[in-house]
Amino acid sequence: MARIGVFVCWCGENIARNVDVQAIAAAAAEEPGVACGVAYKYMCSDPGQTLIGEKIAAERLDGIVIASCSPHMHLKTFRKTAQRQGLNPYLVEMANIREHCSWVHHDREQATAKALDLIRMAVAKVRRDQALEPIRVPVTRRALVIGGGVAGIQAALDIADAGYQVVMVEREPSIGGKMAGLSETFPTLDCSQCILTPRMVDVAQHPNIKLYTCSEVESVDGFLGNFKVTIRKRARYVDIAKCTGCGQCWNACPSKKNLSQFDYGMGTRTAIYVPFPQAVPARPVIDPAACIRLTKGKCGICAKKCQAGAILFEDHDELVSEDVGAVVVATGYQLYQIGRPEGDDKLSGYGEYGYGRYPDVIDSLQFERLVSASGPSGGELRRPSDGQVPKTVVFVSCVGSRDNAKGLSYCSKICCMVNAKHTMLYKHKVHDGQAHVFYMDIRAGGKNYDEFVRRAIEQDGAHYHRGRVSKITEENGRLIVRGVDTLAGEPLTIAADMVVLASAIRPAERVEELAQKLNVGYDEFGFLSESHPKLRPVETNAAGVFVCGVCQGPKDIPESVAQASAAAGKVLVMFSHENLSREPEIARVNETTCAACFACRRACPYHAIDQAEIRDRGGKLIKRTARVNPGLCMGCGTCVAVCPSKSADLDGFTEQQIYAMLECLA
Amino acid sequence: MEIGYYPGCALHGSSNDYESSVRACLSALGVSLRELDDWICCGATAAHCLNQKLAVALPARNLALAERDGLPQMLAPCPMCSMELIKAGSLLAQDAELRREISEIVELPVSGSTQILNLIQIFQKIGAARIKEAAVHSLEAFCPACYYGCLLTRPPENLRFDDCEQPSSMETLLRELGAQPVDWNFKTECCGAGMTIAHEETVLDLSNKILSNAAAHGANCIVVACPMCQVNLDMKQAAINARHGTAHDLVVYYLSDLVGLALGLDQQALGIDRHFVVRK
Repeated sequence: MARIGVFVCWCGENIARNVDVQAIAAAAAEEPGVACGVAYKYMCSDPGQTLIGEKIAAERLDGIVIASCSPHMHLKTFRKTAQRQGLNPYLVEMANIREHCSWVHHDREQATAKALDLIRMAVAKVRRDQALEPIRVPVTRRALVIGGGVAGIQAALDIADAGYQVVMVEREPSIGGKMAGLSETFPTLDCSQCILTPRMVDVAQHPNIKLYTCSEVESVDGFLGNFKVTIRKRARYVDIAKCTGCGQCWNACPSKKNLSQFDYGMGTRTAIYVPFPQAVPARPVIDPAACIRLTKGKCGICAKKCQAGAILFEDHDELVSEDVGAVVVATGYQLYQIGRPEGDDKLSGYGEYGYGRYPDVIDSLQFERLVSASGPSGGELRRPSDGQVPKTVVFVSCVGSRDNAKGLSYCSKICCMVNAKHTMLYKHKVHDGQAHVFYMDIRAGGKNYDEFVRRAIEQDGAHYHRGRVSKITEENGRLIVRGVDTLAGEPLTIAADMVVLASAIRPAERVEELAQKLNVGYDEFGFLSESHPKLRPVETNAAGVFVCGVCQGPKDIPESVAQASAAAGKVLVMFSHENLSREPEIARVNETTCAACFACRRACPYHAIDQAEIRDRGGKLIKRTARVNPGLCMGCGTCVAVCPSKSADLDGFTEQQIYAMLECLA
Repeated sequence: MEIGYYPGCALHGSSNDYESSVRACLSALGVSLRELDDWICCGATAAHCLNQKLAVALPARNLALAERDGLPQMLAPCPMCSMELIKAGSLLAQDAELRREISEIVELPVSGSTQILNLIQIFQKIGAARIKEAAVHSLEAFCPACYYGCLLTRPPENLRFDDCEQPSSMETLLRELGAQPVDWNFKTECCGAGMTIAHEETVLDLSNKILSNAAAHGANCIVVACPMCQVNLDMKQAAINARHGTAHDLVVYYLSDLVGLALGLDQQALGIDRHFVVRK
């Protein structure tokens, strides 16, 4: 016969007001298998926990039910209480008589009856509970960082500085991300490259960091603490071990008129190129679509010039495998492509702004390159169409952002500050120029941010117009920007020499594919989902996978860096243990009855079910069966629901337990 | 293919050239039009400015007639008519209470199930490939500025066949038929519309901008799919020239005119000879 203790909490007035706690404690004590029923004012307090401990010892209890608040609140507390008394913590159940009862009902009599029902259900469950032990998983103390922008760099350096190895994978030929292409940063106007490039060099020189550029994550196997990652190293056509970075090759390359991706098409580069002077690694790469040798079989001048013999025209993609224990995703962003046809029709909007048709209508990142000292014009602002210095520039906010009709519903968060910065950079370069900004609201929340916007308006004389731009057309070489000033209440037309569109932030291309490989969730826009928006902001629902930077949602540099350090901190917490312990409430397959149909394997959202073979001593195959990988299973119960032979069940939540609970209500 | 036809006031009055054009062109493409028996006014601007219920009831009566006569699809070549009919139809389709009330007002059951097509949509329905196959002339001599005006693509939640701010469906069709439509700035600007009666100067100023921009971008004609736009740009072209000292000489074709010419129909059959600006 079971000996179960029922502990009813008053929660001060919270429960006692609407539930007769003494009466249900007494009634619960009469239930079969219940040894005692006790009510107390605050069960979670020190005296309350002591009372539970004393009762466990005195009554020799083999299971307890705490009737109090939500298990989200205090299940861990009471499990520890039980454990201290030598009772297995998984023999503790909670009946939620606060959120599910006293807080939502007013009729004391009915609430009391319902509270007793909830307790009886918990008693039925605890009677069928099995003692469980936490699952121990060994951990490979080595981290993978995906993305080499400022967030990835920060996370990698933090982990590496703590003494653990880091594998960094970057899709582009150089690390640095979007920040490497920025001119100055808000709100201090300090040079972006001056603060970033030393950090890039730190990554390259760090003994604990292994860097893969021109590479992407091909597949991810394994689980928390034990991931096996396959990385595709795309052909670079240059042996970076041999190459000295002397520059003979790119100075001699005859294919010169290729648009530079690093300059967002504002400048050109050769077919063999280093994306920008401070690139890490500072080694060239060949663009196979532009290389005359690779496209037409002729040329090969770079190979002739190369003293080191580093040019590899026969280079090909290569797959390498790395073992890691944790993954940090920092894949960053791309801009909303204005007026470009997209899979989703809604995202093809703003054709009326003429982006792509008028060369002087550009986006914010392109403007950064035009004013950057390392940009195609050496920092002198010249407009793309004819190289003239633009005397009137219009900056348009919210192109794609906050627009349900033809864009994205969210705020891209940084554009208000970016626009203010751009008006200042412009004014500092073109003293007699006039900047105009069309805005919906000015969102400058952040340390010294609003002051910065005021400076743009008051000291640098930017004209801010509250309203939207309806259309941009071209007339006699000037861009006619037609919009409305809603504060003045009238339409407004500005003849401009250049227009800069603050295009919305979207997650990096193909991030959904990566998220699927990692089993990380993402929202309707493709931003990766954190585990809890407030309390677990860098964790994901895939154990051992963390997120930071803009891949999780729009944010600026300081926030990305802070989040990256937070993700690194979480990785280091994992790495501080030799073994990881996981909750044991996971699925189990009865291998005797399993028919090996593997419906569970297809249904499992965490890829936690393996195909196993049972063999006899002679090695002869007896049968195949599904088997749960305890490192991956999250205990969701999907396999239990789909199993046609009822062979899958959930420890701590067996079907028998649930049926027994339901029978209590009959 | 037989399809319902709602001419509206303009096509039976001031813009009967448009009706000739639509009828001739569609007939050549094997589409026969069955005019709605006893149709009434769509309500136009007047109704929805004065009384929301009236603005639904007037087009709803026409939708009810179409349902009574078993016409699942109906062409309304005037974009004001098609817009009012589509708007009323979608309101009725969403709201059972409104259906009950309006059915009582119009004295016929109405569900809003009739699919209303404007001129561009009927050509899209026939398909550019089929039209191209039937064409006997190339339109290569034509460099039209395709002018959509305010209504054809709006409101966007009801008319989803093209981008409401930067439409391109007329260009797509005409390019298939060999024409070389120009890229220009005033595709969806206002022509002045009904101000042509209340305050003609507004129309002369606005339409002048449209004609000037089309010419500046190399257009040798304008293509429209709205009788109001056609009147303002065509009939008023002389007055525009007088007011602004310009020398505009742009023929303003209906989309069905150019398709008809490609199909080998003559100017008389299409009513082009009844325009004010004509190419001899």
